[in-house]
Amino acid sequence: MIFSLIWSILGMAAGVYIALELVIPTIDFGQEWLSYGRLRTLHTNAVIFGFGVTALMGTAFYSVQRTCHVELFSPRLAWFCIIAWQFTVLAGGISLLAGWNAGKEYAELEWPIDILIAVIWVCFGVVFFGTIAKRKVKPIYVSNWFYGALIIVIAMLHIVNSLAIPVTISKSYSLFAGAQDAVVQWWYGHNAVGFLLTGGFLGMLYYFLPKQADRPIWSYRLSIIAFWAFTYSYIWAGPHHLHYNAIPDWVQTLGMVMSIILLAPSWATMVNAVMTVSGAPQKLKTDHSLKFIVLALAFYGLATFEGPMMAIKSVNAVSHFTDWTVGHVHSGALGWNALITFGTFYFLVPRLFNTQLYSKRLADIHFWLAISGTMLYVLSMWGAGISQGLLWLALGDLGELSYGFREIMASMQPYYILRVIAGLVFLSGAVIMIYNFFRTIAGRKTATVQIPAPSTAPQQPVTA
Amino acid sequence: MNAIDIHRKLEENAGLLIFGILFVSAIGGLVQILPSIFQETVEPTAETRPYTAAELLGRDIYIREGCSTCHSQQVRPLLAEVIRYEAPAHAGESVYDRPFLWGSKRTGPDLSRVGEKYTDEWQRIHLVNPRAVVPKSIMPAYPWLERRKANSGNDVHLRMKALQRLGHPYTDEEITRAAADVAGMTELDAIVAYLQSLKIDTSVDPSEGGH
Repeated sequence: MIFSLIWSILGMAAGVYIALELVIPTIDFGQEWLSYGRLRTLHTNAVIFGFGVTALMGTAFYSVQRTCHVELFSPRLAWFCIIAWQFTVLAGGISLLAGWNAGKEYAELEWPIDILIAVIWVCFGVVFFGTIAKRKVKPIYVSNWFYGALIIVIAMLHIVNSLAIPVTISKSYSLFAGAQDAVVQWWYGHNAVGFLLTGGFLGMLYYFLPKQADRPIWSYRLSIIAFWAFTYSYIWAGPHHLHYNAIPDWVQTLGMVMSIILLAPSWATMVNAVMTVSGAPQKLKTDHSLKFIVLALAFYGLATFEGPMMAIKSVNAVSHFTDWTVGHVHSGALGWNALITFGTFYFLVPRLFNTQLYSKRLADIHFWLAISGTMLYVLSMWGAGISQGLLWLALGDLGELSYGFREIMASMQPYYILRVIAGLVFLSGAVIMIYNFFRTIAGRKTATVQIPAPSTAPQQPVTA
Repeated sequence: MNAIDIHRKLEENAGLLIFGILFVSAIGGLVQILPSIFQETVEPTAETRPYTAAELLGRDIYIREGCSTCHSQQVRPLLAEVIRYEAPAHAGESVYDRPFLWGSKRTGPDLSRVGEKYTDEWQRIHLVNPRAVVPKSIMPAYPWLERRKANSGNDVHLRMKALQRLGHPYTDEEITRAAADVAGMTELDAIVAYLQSLKIDTSVDPSEGGH
């Protein structure tokens, strides 16, 4: 978890920096290691694989033990997974900065790192399913279905999409070419989002939300339907990333239809979760962890509604290639993934260290910074993306283009400045959270030493 | 015996659950990907040829620097887009693209038709300092490209050999003389050669659309 926190800050800081590079392009000082093309890749890899996967691995190990009522199968292998993963993400990040880039979005890491990922992933699966195999309760809890799907499907996607012929240690050529490569890549790219950033985090939701709300999941039947419909239909939606591109029409249309169908299982889960919380509404006033999780749920609903809309070909004609896509990704990544992870961490830190949170006020400030940062980010990108899309397509009375590309690009600057601010706001919230956790953990020590201190001692400012 | 009971079996047996997830999630991918491998193999268009040694090195630099994070290479068959970038993309044009570089974002303009639109000299100045020719550009500068040899790893023949194994029609003779072909070239020369090779395929009937 601590590793995940470190990656969250590094990844987000890289994000803010590259956002600034789009406003002041010379801020890379002519240094290749600070160049936008390399840092952007580092940003996505650090937040998805560093922050996201580490958080998922940690919470999967935590919740699978509690839902199976047994200790982990091979705790040593579990530690190996966590530590080796940090090493891999670090090595991957450095390799990206050095220019090792396989050129596929969200799968840029070169073949040596890809092999490391595959090995660790198999170990992750062994620990997880090994623990399930020796469980003491007969049914496998729903959160474990999602974590299980995460492990299985990501393994399948990663291995197929990374198939390549190595040339040197830092260079390989994909086994797939052109249009075929495009279909395989977006089958991977879309479902990495699907089973990692959506499904994996739904696993987190299904464990931590009922736990924190102290209510069972509202509908067991709905969770079954939502899970299988989700697992079945998500895979089909990849081609919506290739609308009007040079792939067969039937693939595009199928991708569009399945994307719209996907709205049903996505929202079924949301309804299930919202109804679960509605059993304990009073908790929302006081419980920080739950507040974050429920806000994340709202953004989950927003992003999973926006996604199918953008997958409609006539909408996509405007949104494709624009900053709207970037906004959509961030309403999912900041609003859903980051917030639910923060909520989970607010749940875990006091429990793991057997203490109280250092400051509820700081958690409150973080909550509002997180909302405003995400909203500002999404709004600025909506503004930028929709105007870009429409201006690119605008034609005059004589059928001539109304605006030159450079003119449109230059007009994006205010939105890009707004995005930098949004990123800073969100990042500062995360920094406050880390400070809060640091004091919580540090405060625990003084609290155990000063035995006569009142039980509220950890809430007082302490000098660690 | 109802659906819930059937599901209970899945829920109580880890092996069945794993199999179920794998089976259910594999269907969509199989339906969409297998036809492109076995049935609808894409033929190169008449003017599409494998990249020369210099263009290939240039393309690999384009990948290394992440150019495709901001530049698409895919003209969609939409009216305004065809006016702006000319002919729409054809699948046959990218049969030698490993990986494909169609892109997902257009912070800068599409580059699939940029070849010969500008002179070599313009491209060189622009890559080293974009704001020297486009004052409001937000593109990063790439000054290090002119300081480095394109084939500094001495591996251009290995790259071509790997592609030959994947079916690109390079002759053995082309591969042996590749290093000599690019001797003395800088990375800047190579990437300019690549950019200039991105041209409209005049053999394709534009009304045919994307595929």
